[in-house]
Amino acid sequence: MNLYHYAAPATFYRMAGRWIPWLSWGAGLLTAMGLYISFFVAPTDFQQGEAYRIIFIHVPAAWMSMFIYLVMAFWCAIGLAFNTRLSYLMARALAPTGALFCFLALWTGALWGKPMWGAWWVGDARLTSQLILLFLYVGIMALWAAIDDPKRGDRAGALLILVGAVNVPIIYFSVKWWNTLHQGSSINLMKAPSMATTMLVGMLVMAIAAWLYTIAVAFVRVRGLILERERHTDWAQEALKEA
Amino acid sequence: MWRFLITVIRRDLLLAARRKGDWLTSQFFFVMVVSLFPLGIGADPEQLRRVAGGVLWVAALLASLLSLQRLYADDHRDGSLEQMLLSPQPALILALGKATAHWLIFGLPLLVIAPLLGLQFALPPDVIGTLVISLAIGTPILSLLGGVGAALTLGLRGGGTLLTLLILPLYVPALIFGAGAVDGILAGMGAEAQLSLLGAFMGLCLLLAPWVTGAALRVSVD
Repeated sequence: MNLYHYAAPATFYRMAGRWIPWLSWGAGLLTAMGLYISFFVAPTDFQQGEAYRIIFIHVPAAWMSMFIYLVMAFWCAIGLAFNTRLSYLMARALAPTGALFCFLALWTGALWGKPMWGAWWVGDARLTSQLILLFLYVGIMALWAAIDDPKRGDRAGALLILVGAVNVPIIYFSVKWWNTLHQGSSINLMKAPSMATTMLVGMLVMAIAAWLYTIAVAFVRVRGLILERERHTDWAQEALKEA
Repeated sequence: MWRFLITVIRRDLLLAARRKGDWLTSQFFFVMVVSLFPLGIGADPEQLRRVAGGVLWVAALLASLLSLQRLYADDHRDGSLEQMLLSPQPALILALGKATAHWLIFGLPLLVIAPLLGLQFALPPDVIGTLVISLAIGTPILSLLGGVGAALTLGLRGGGTLLTLLILPLYVPALIFGAGAVDGILAGMGAEAQLSLLGAFMGLCLLLAPWVTGAALRVSVD
């Protein structure tokens, strides 16, 4: 398979179009399966009761929010290095989903925290750095929104994403140390009780579903962006007529 | 290259000396924000002492953003930025010079004001000393990272607000280590670890930020 072939917007547009139904169906089926496992198969946790079941949404969302940022940084680096237009579009298409998962992780985390710790929010390192990650997503999308020239927007956003990618680990560790300095952490997220296999399976199924969902919506968005950028070309006009 | 760097710094300092009102605004903003806190949270010296490090540092972050909006904007408007980018000198040096000048205009006066404000918060002398050291190491980070944001948002509508949105999350390590150093001294734990980390972060910024700023300027001016 020639990768350069798919770097051309026209061919990628068609390929993404063919993949979207498969990815969406896969995401839907796996979500149904994962939810079934998490609500009916996985046993009740003897410490946390039924409330723990939110991890089946929470953990995949948190994973995806961080992973999507890394993928965006990867595409931006490729874009800046090889000047491929499609790479920037991938980053643009991924950002809203990353922010969504970031918000979901925070939201479900708060819902989980209330019954478990008795507080919606604690100054824990993970919570705080997740919040800052959300700020980074918002900042990047605001920058894209403010720049009218697409080429400048692509590059400016890419630089910001890369600066953020270097900074994210520093932020994480600084917040972690801040946390240990200020207060003895009363909750230790690392010391989760060893998980039953069914719980792990449920979580992994949900994580794969989140992956497929992310790729599917990113493809939908990237198709829209490609058409927008390539609207002056013949093939885009034809694709628009077909649709 | 050195001469170009010094020329850029001297030019900015000269411009600042001619227009004092511009840069004094952010210094007064810093003083005002810090002075408002006792009014908001009460005059209990014990409580003020506890929050002093954080308050001064957050105020410094906000004040830096206020002054950073104009870092490249004026030169961009009158076209001199374009000329400087067209010159054979690397944009990296330009960015480094601009950040240095910004620090001299913004950061250095802050170091003089901060001890006075520390007295307002009933800080003991050794804590004030640590505060000044932490600001001395930390404010260059604000100028360097802020330069990236200023270059990215050059000439955009709502550039100032946008700059805040982009840069504040990136400032987080500086805030934590800087305010942490002050808290460490207050708690009797010493500040060396926090100051060393702050210094390491400053080194990293010094290495990478001018380079990114240069790239961002080329993107924004093209």
